[in-house]
Amino acid sequence: MAITATKGQTGLTGNSAVAYAMKQVNPDVCAAYPITPSTQIVEDFSGYVADGEVTTELITVESEHSAMSACIGAAAAGARVMTATSSQGLALMWEMLYIASGMRLPIVLANVNRALSAPINIHCDHSDSMGARDSGWVQLYSETVQEAYDNVFMALRIAEHKDVLLPAMVCLDGFITSHAIENISLLDDQEVRQFIGSYSAKASLLDIEGAPTFGAMTLPDTYIEFKRQQSEAMTRAKDAAIEVMKDFGKRFGREYGLFETYRLEDAEAAIVVLNSAAGTTKVAVDALRKEGKKVGLLRPRLFRPFPWQEIAEALKGAKAVAVLDRADSMNAFGGPVFSEVRSALYDLDSRPRVMNRIYGLGGRDYKVKDAVEVFNEALKAAETGRVDTLVKYITL
Amino acid sequence: MVEKKEYPLGGVIPKGGTADDYSTGGWRKLRPVVDLDKCTNCLICWVMCPDSAVVTEDGKMAGFDLDHCKGCGICAVECPDKVKAIKMVEEAE
Repeated sequence: MAITATKGQTGLTGNSAVAYAMKQVNPDVCAAYPITPSTQIVEDFSGYVADGEVTTELITVESEHSAMSACIGAAAAGARVMTATSSQGLALMWEMLYIASGMRLPIVLANVNRALSAPINIHCDHSDSMGARDSGWVQLYSETVQEAYDNVFMALRIAEHKDVLLPAMVCLDGFITSHAIENISLLDDQEVRQFIGSYSAKASLLDIEGAPTFGAMTLPDTYIEFKRQQSEAMTRAKDAAIEVMKDFGKRFGREYGLFETYRLEDAEAAIVVLNSAAGTTKVAVDALRKEGKKVGLLRPRLFRPFPWQEIAEALKGAKAVAVLDRADSMNAFGGPVFSEVRSALYDLDSRPRVMNRIYGLGGRDYKVKDAVEVFNEALKAAETGRVDTLVKYITL
Repeated sequence: MVEKKEYPLGGVIPKGGTADDYSTGGWRKLRPVVDLDKCTNCLICWVMCPDSAVVTEDGKMAGFDLDHCKGCGICAVECPDKVKAIKMVEEAE
């Protein structure tokens, strides 16, 4: 692990930072199966286990399906559980993701975003976590290494919040964030311990006296009530996230919200984009602002639950919004972020024009010039009130 | 207004063995019938029954728990050839 410490700053890759966060959390159980580009998380963490720096039971399993299954068993036993994966790994966890959320087990998973096969590709896009967007997991997205590190602690607090009790996923961009070294500020172990507190599960499989039943079947007379209960918990997760982010900012001075806005207040054209591409977009915003063009950015952080009222409120001043998706819903109607942002804007009295641009699939670079091009298209739509092409692939 | 029922979080039932309270024998097509005069109480049927639906009393075969027997017929097959005390009969009969 490459560490260059200067003035309280440490140079870490996204993966090492997430592994270090996991070390500081010291979960009871980690069941994982390494996969590119998240491999280094499990590799670093297994080092901490081997060196006795954590007391975690590390379960090495034969697949991601087994990894999530073991996580679910451990969480049902009352353990604080964490794991990490990417792409096909998350896809193989699929059916177990729904069981983790349905059983209301606050497992925390770091997902290093990578494209799904076929064709096979190990590089960044968001089709893995976007595919899991309806699985009942809270999803937090991260632009930088620092944010990925911070999000691990916030995700844990949101997941274990008494009003939530749902699993949570921290998403960061494969290679772009997971393998790039950034200078970040680490928290003290003591600060982490105080922030996350201890975890006490409501019920435990190991409770021999009470011998509770987990995973019982429900029929049409009860299933829908459990799903409503779960849905209400997801609704409450937004307020829990606000509370947790506020507390994080108060304690450590790094302020986070449901989403980040950048020069958006008076913007006529806005880009909405997740994760690392926001950094590139900010450079384009600054360049265009210098030319006197009113452009801005909104970067969602909390995608599940989707804070639609707040996002609509933040975007209502814009005349045109370009939503960038690093995943395609393959519905001939654009990507998932587009669908949800566009839907969120529907109830506004005066709606911005909205367009969708699919970019960067399979790790294709998204450059400042690409953002500038999108902004120019959006500015044109703002001026004319017309969107020429609703959905289009860019960075081709 | 219909009052909202309380359901345990995540479907956790605060006690075990609840399958016992739930009748699952309803889809049985064939019903096992034991001839207790032929039965030697070897209890191979009790060992082999996948639903624990063979009822015993004082270590002896006493019949079947028809709330849980699915009518698979394993007991009838496993009953030793020299005994053959269990027959499967159509539920419709």
